Amino acid sequence: MRLAWVTRVVLPPAVFGLVLFGAWELAVVVFNIKPYFLVPPSAIASRFVDNADLIWAAMRVSGANALIGLLLGAAFGVAMSFLLLRFRALDEIVTPLSIALNAIPIFVLVAVFNNMFAITSEVPRRLMVTLVVYFVVLVNVARGLRDVDATHVELMQSYAAGEWKILQRVRVPNAVPYFFTALKIAAPLSVITAFVSEYFGGSQNGLGNKITSNLATSKKAEGWAYVAGACLLGLAFFLIAVAIEAVSTPGGVGEPGREGG
Amino acid sequence: MSAVEVTQVNKIFNAGKQNAVEALVDVDLVVQPGEFVSLIGPSGCGKSTLLRLIANLLEPTSGSILVNGKPAKQARIDQDYGMAFQQSGLFEWRTVARNIELPLELKGWDKAKRRARSREMLELVKLGDFAKHMPWQLSGGMQQRVAIARALASHPKLLLMDEPFGALDEMTREHMQSELLQICARTSTTVVFVTHSIPEAVYLSNRVVVMSPRPGRITDIIDVELGSDRNEDTREDAAFYGRITAVREALRGVEMAAGARGIEDR
Repeated sequence: MRLAWVTRVVLPPAVFGLVLFGAWELAVVVFNIKPYFLVPPSAIASRFVDNADLIWAAMRVSGANALIGLLLGAAFGVAMSFLLLRFRALDEIVTPLSIALNAIPIFVLVAVFNNMFAITSEVPRRLMVTLVVYFVVLVNVARGLRDVDATHVELMQSYAAGEWKILQRVRVPNAVPYFFTALKIAAPLSVITAFVSEYFGGSQNGLGNKITSNLATSKKAEGWAYVAGACLLGLAFFLIAVAIEAVSTPGGVGEPGREGG
Repeated sequence: MSAVEVTQVNKIFNAGKQNAVEALVDVDLVVQPGEFVSLIGPSGCGKSTLLRLIANLLEPTSGSILVNGKPAKQARIDQDYGMAFQQSGLFEWRTVARNIELPLELKGWDKAKRRARSREMLELVKLGDFAKHMPWQLSGGMQQRVAIARALASHPKLLLMDEPFGALDEMTREHMQSELLQICARTSTTVVFVTHSIPEAVYLSNRVVVMSPRPGRITDIIDVELGSDRNEDTREDAAFYGRITAVREALRGVEMAAGARGIEDR
């Protein structure tokens, strides 16, 4: 059973990855590609090991910004979803606005935030992540609370349940898978936002800064090593979101809208 | 005391507005305790609306509705009836047993008492081994059995059902009909049952209430008189066909009058 899982789920992408890196390495050697154009994976790997401490330090800076923004954004997003459910009029104003804002690259706002705070402050970046995560969580959780099965509501009414009980027994459990879907989108997005935010000035300590500064000074392999660090960070955030979902939804409730049959 | 007493009920949706719809006009219906009554008619005849009025999920525009001798609203608050719909409406995040226990939970029963009752109900619908399953692990027919067990969990005297077998295949449907009859006989439950299948209405009911649309009203009430011990042989009985013909003709009158469609002839 376990072996079958390994061969079926783990093996294909692992083999594909190895083949890809192998082809890359081979291409660099065979076509004699110059290091200023493309460095081979082996060089990146050795720089990654050499600079592990520095990369880890940069990952911690960007990771902390992403994590704090993720937690705050998720908390505000969930809180606002409940407010919108309670005050329907507010919903009609905020929801279209949220969706519209979600469609534009609002992380450029970080330039504005940078002007508001001290130059070495991490606050603008965290604020930016918070904002991006907030909208993703809000849009999804608000829908989860609202789009409940009409039969469920009628049943609850037939049990003489009021709005509060319906919220507790129907709306909140219904919104849980929506929340985790939002979290799985927001977790890697928070990492991306955290280091894209670093491009707009401020302290030169995060992954985003290190990638640009290394590439700018022709330290291509180092730059790529930081890119690898960024990939690991994004992946870690996603996996944590998936793990939290797996732990908190026993019985394997799946994607939103899944039918019971 | 009647189980259900509907007197001169009118229901107008969007009353007073341009898009007002007369869903029910001058409806009178009395259901006696232990009776099985089906409401049948083409789409838009108000049969589901009538059921929801009895359940107090809707309020009548005028007229009165008594359930177990009390106003429908009080009966709902006292959870005097159980209800089942075309969609099983099981909560997919709860196990089968906890679905059945939900109405009891809302009544404030303690856990041990709830457990005992859900076990009893699962035995009743022959799903004793499925207490810990999640709803999506069950077939459509099994899910509907759980929904019936849940509707009967607090031992209500009255069961209100809105096309509960409408989404099932024919074989499962006939099987469920026989099981429902057995369960109702054992628990002496009164049933008001909405359907658009003529054989289903005839097989299950003591009386079939024929309704017509625009505006929704009762046009005929047909006594079935097939006795109380019905089984699969009943379906091949000449008397059974006789009653099917009677209901069909009553509905044909409705159809001629209203030019409506939507009745299943199987």
